[in-house]
Amino acid sequence: MKLYCLSGHPTLPCNVLKFKSTTIMLDCGLDTTSVLNFLPLPLVHSPRLSKLPGWVSKDGTVNLEKELKECAGRVFVDSQPEFCLPERELLDLSTIDVILISNYHCMMALPYITEHTGFTGTVYATEPTLQIGRLLMEELVNFMERVPKAQSATCWKNKEIQRMLPGPLKDAVDVWTWKRCYSMQEVNSALSKVQLVGYSQKVELFGAVQISPLSSGYSLGSSNWIIQSHHEKVSYVSGSSLLTTHPQPMDQSSLKNSDVLILTGLTQMPTANPDGMLGEFCSNLAMTIRAGGNVLVPCYSSGVIYDLLECLYQFIESASLGTTPFYFISPVANSSLEFSQIFAEWLCHNKQTKVYLPEPPFPHAELIQTNKLKHYPSIHGDFSSEFRQPCVVFTGHPSLRFGDVVHFMELWGKSSLNTIIFTEPDFSYLDALAPYQPLAMKCVYCPIDTRLNFHQVSKLLKEVQPVHVVCPEQYTQPPLTQSHRSDLMLELQPPPMPYRRCSVLNLPFRRRYERVYILPELANSLVPSEIKPGISVATVSAVLHSKDNKHTLQSVPKPPPAPPTKKRKRVMEEPPVVLAPKPLLSGAVPLEAFLATLQKHGITEVKVEETADGHILHLQAEDTLIQLEEDGTHIVCDNNEPLRTTLRDLVLRFLQKL
Amino acid sequence: MPEIKVTPLGAGQDVGRSCILVSIGGKNIMLDCGMHMGYNDDRRFPDFSYITQNGRLTDFLDCVIISHFHLDHCGALPYMSEMVGYDGPIYMTHPTKAICPILLEDFRKITVDKKGETNFFTSQMIKDCMKKVIPLNLHQTVQVDDELEIKAYYAGHVLGAAMVHIKVGSESVVYTGDYNMTPDRHLGAAWIDKCRPDILISESTYATTIRDSKRCRERDFLKKVHETIERGGKVLIPVFALGRAQELCILLETFWERMNLKAPIYFSTGLTEKANHYYKLFITWTNQKIRKTFVQRNMFEFKHIKAFDRSYADNPGPMVVFATPGMLHAGQSLQIFKKWAGNEKNMVIMPGYCVQGTIGHKILNGQRKLEMEGRATSVTLCCPLAPIKLQIVLDVKLQVEYMSFSAHADAKGIMQLIRMAEPRNMVLVHGEAVKMEFLKGKIEQEFNCYMPANGETITVTTNPSVPVDISLNLLKREMALGGPLPDPKKPRTMHGTLIMKENSLKLVSSEQALKELGLNEHQLRFTCRVQLQDPHSDPDTLHRIYTHLKSVLKGYTIQHLPDGTVMVESIVIKVSSSAEDTNTKVLLLSWSYQVKYFQCSYLTDGLYRD
Repeated sequence: MKLYCLSGHPTLPCNVLKFKSTTIMLDCGLDTTSVLNFLPLPLVHSPRLSKLPGWVSKDGTVNLEKELKECAGRVFVDSQPEFCLPERELLDLSTIDVILISNYHCMMALPYITEHTGFTGTVYATEPTLQIGRLLMEELVNFMERVPKAQSATCWKNKEIQRMLPGPLKDAVDVWTWKRCYSMQEVNSALSKVQLVGYSQKVELFGAVQISPLSSGYSLGSSNWIIQSHHEKVSYVSGSSLLTTHPQPMDQSSLKNSDVLILTGLTQMPTANPDGMLGEFCSNLAMTIRAGGNVLVPCYSSGVIYDLLECLYQFIESASLGTTPFYFISPVANSSLEFSQIFAEWLCHNKQTKVYLPEPPFPHAELIQTNKLKHYPSIHGDFSSEFRQPCVVFTGHPSLRFGDVVHFMELWGKSSLNTIIFTEPDFSYLDALAPYQPLAMKCVYCPIDTRLNFHQVSKLLKEVQPVHVVCPEQYTQPPLTQSHRSDLMLELQPPPMPYRRCSVLNLPFRRRYERVYILPELANSLVPSEIKPGISVATVSAVLHSKDNKHTLQSVPKPPPAPPTKKRKRVMEEPPVVLAPKPLLSGAVPLEAFLATLQKHGITEVKVEETADGHILHLQAEDTLIQLEEDGTHIVCDNNEPLRTTLRDLVLRFLQKL
Repeated sequence: MPEIKVTPLGAGQDVGRSCILVSIGGKNIMLDCGMHMGYNDDRRFPDFSYITQNGRLTDFLDCVIISHFHLDHCGALPYMSEMVGYDGPIYMTHPTKAICPILLEDFRKITVDKKGETNFFTSQMIKDCMKKVIPLNLHQTVQVDDELEIKAYYAGHVLGAAMVHIKVGSESVVYTGDYNMTPDRHLGAAWIDKCRPDILISESTYATTIRDSKRCRERDFLKKVHETIERGGKVLIPVFALGRAQELCILLETFWERMNLKAPIYFSTGLTEKANHYYKLFITWTNQKIRKTFVQRNMFEFKHIKAFDRSYADNPGPMVVFATPGMLHAGQSLQIFKKWAGNEKNMVIMPGYCVQGTIGHKILNGQRKLEMEGRATSVTLCCPLAPIKLQIVLDVKLQVEYMSFSAHADAKGIMQLIRMAEPRNMVLVHGEAVKMEFLKGKIEQEFNCYMPANGETITVTTNPSVPVDISLNLLKREMALGGPLPDPKKPRTMHGTLIMKENSLKLVSSEQALKELGLNEHQLRFTCRVQLQDPHSDPDTLHRIYTHLKSVLKGYTIQHLPDGTVMVESIVIKVSSSAEDTNTKVLLLSWSYQVKYFQCSYLTDGLYRD
């Protein structure tokens, strides 16, 4: 069993597991942090961005002023933003049989894998994962296609030139493999390959292995996966949460007894407590509004935003924000809010109970009904006429490189009354803000990451007791910035097997048994004999049928009576009938009892001679020797076939056959 | 031989009070727990005393599964769990769990508050009963205990309707509940995978019907409604609040829109809005089209259909009213029916099946004079000991139409499901005996089909194969013998030893079996002396024998070993000279018990063919 690691990002994994003749891709994460190296894509012309100076190396030998722009000491690529894809050279992607998706954040690279690679397999995901994943992809495509950039910068990727660039561009890896965003057509084609599954549904792959998604508690429809055969079990844990937010709680007990547990998607903010962050979010928001400023919340269109809105729903009245408008701007804002209300089966118990009443499970329905929350597909159209300040705006993309958020950064960045509150943990807020510097706007960093922290995960592992743990190498050492915090790493016995991008791990795993089915007719014909108390054995001779990786044993068919045929030649060609081989023997032949048996069969003249290891019996009338030892019997008998057969059968009476 | 037993307590050769007991692999499961619309006495509930005479059922049942929220499938649930007594798990889908208590409460109100019955379950009992419910998701495999697992499939009949696959070891049963094999305007079609159950328990409401296309039925329906409206008549459509009601609402709504009609459409009872809300929240259970477009336009927000008020019934002019319940056995639909029955301009359209004993059933069978029971409250108050029942005879003049819109599978649909699931045996329930006979005859051409009456048990013997763990070494060795590609025509014989220890069955090679059991092998060898006349030296004789055997025995492994032996397969040959005469050589042939006999005979044949 092998694991190919195609992504180095611990929360956006992409691994391939080869297990029992199946090739299974686990998640398809797209590393979008690469976009931080690019200039933002403004929705309307931005004089500030267009006036940024081009970059020329200090000695003037390299002039890339068309491709690279300088802003507050950092260099940015002036081109359509590009993403860092999972490794595509490590193995042939067309050999992948299935892709298992654990949550909608971990499927964003799907079109790059399923399209134009020869992929012919199936993708498995839950319904919320598919629907919300589709929305996020749609949004991403929309953000990019709305502001097409004619220019595509490539010169800077030249190895020689990249080496001379200032950091962090200089240190960016694999830049020549970075790709532009896919098209909607590719998204639709990729998603048409998705097969929906429900929690605890058992899906057979080619009869060889069974896969089953389990609730992981992180987001709507998020799942961990069990990949197992009758005797081996691999658990894939990705983006799980033990906090009580809106999704169904995590199913922990089904992870028990795994031979290998692949652990990815732990919290990216191990030191930030989500509850504390939520409180800080609310108080900063209220403070800014009261002072007459606007609040900008860059966020994804699904996920934590539901919790933020729920939190605000309770907070608005007490903080007397009843008249403040809340705007949610995204091409998929409406869909996201609507979809969140129809997945009762995937919600926590509290929310399910509301649906039974029947009431919408999320209170944002009421916020919309009472006009406190308004949603728009973009800043163009209705929004521009209905927009009132001071207000709170939720919009994407959290990288601040594209989407409507770019517009609000340009609009509000110059006033210190306004505040930007970062809630998504995927991007460093300093890097995100870099192309907007200098900035007067207040910045608050409240990353809310509900995924497992190190404390929770070590407790979980203690409970579910996997034999081996595999995890990204980042989890096996403390974070670089906090190297003294040994509590911010996984400490296990035996130590976890670390992986990094492009690793190929041989998982320590020996398959020893396989399931086979004995058909009833054969089962009835078996003759068990007790060898030891409670243990019986039976010799089995059977015909093995293997079909679709399923094995059955059938009785050996009796050879049909040879039809009377004139063509004698034909008969000769038939292979000789294979008789069942004789069983192995075990036990010992006791001297006295054996002698008595011989006597019963008319063999009376026996001379017994004692030797070092046993006895030699000389049957004088028959001129035959029988050597009896603890672990062997030797019959020396000349050309007398009937006698030999008799003696053999007598000896066999005392022995066990296996 | 293992057996599966099926006993209907209700719905055996009948429609109503569905309740089927299944006993499989030592587990007892109750499928549905419904009431009978046609009875008002003890017979309205299944006879639970069949399970046990004394008291609670918890010890006798491993689980209860409810297929959908119709009262003939869940109406007896609170009675069973709270009044008879059952504390085990009850499974149903989320929509069923949401809607079922509302219908139960409705049922309770009609029975207790309106008909004044006592000794009936209370609101609190409904709540307590629902606390025992564990929601089921489609396709999720639920492990009831270590051995019993159940899996729900989409049945399409009403919102949240499910079929269940019940499995213990390698034995399994599928219960369909009510299902529909053709997608309609708001629900999808039932679907199940090829699970090859030992028994398929199917409803057979429309066992003899093969319905014409849905499009024709819809056109007919709309035509009749339209004609009645045109001539100024009123149309009454008795429905159950959830289910067909929504289907017909969508149908009328789109028709009204298209034809630009103005006559009002009403929906009785306050349940409508609530009901539609359920459809909105459980939109994932509706059909593809509705799910796809729900963000833009929710099909369950009706423009033309308004809430009904009791007083509207007397309004002049045409109107269409959907009223509950669906079989005209009580409630608002019956009240409106009484009001409108006298006018031949009006029409009642029965869109679904009516159980025997209901008014709906009577008028569908052409009865034109109905004896109605009326209760005069003032009279009973004066004379509580002898309540006087007023007998009113109602003349039915309005037109009665029957249009089968109930979402049950017809004969074609049932056969379709059989093809999908490929069962080994079939049990028909939830249908009339005569109709079942017909279908049974058809099915029995292929395999066994049963139609037990209530309280009658049928037994099916299963013949499961035995799962065994085979050592991978042995399996791979045997597989390799067959060459790289398995050839189904060339059987591969394999030999091994089956070790039975406690509950584990392991199949390993004989050698491994010895090792695992910690046993010593006992070697049984035979030696035989053959005398030859040969003047050569011992080694030469041996070599001559070697070359000779090599030329005679083709296709055998023959080795001349340096230690002065020749081996034919595993038979050892040695040569020694007799002490007296060096020309007389003694050949020692030695072989073990395991050597195949024919090898021995070939060898001796070869030796004597000198």
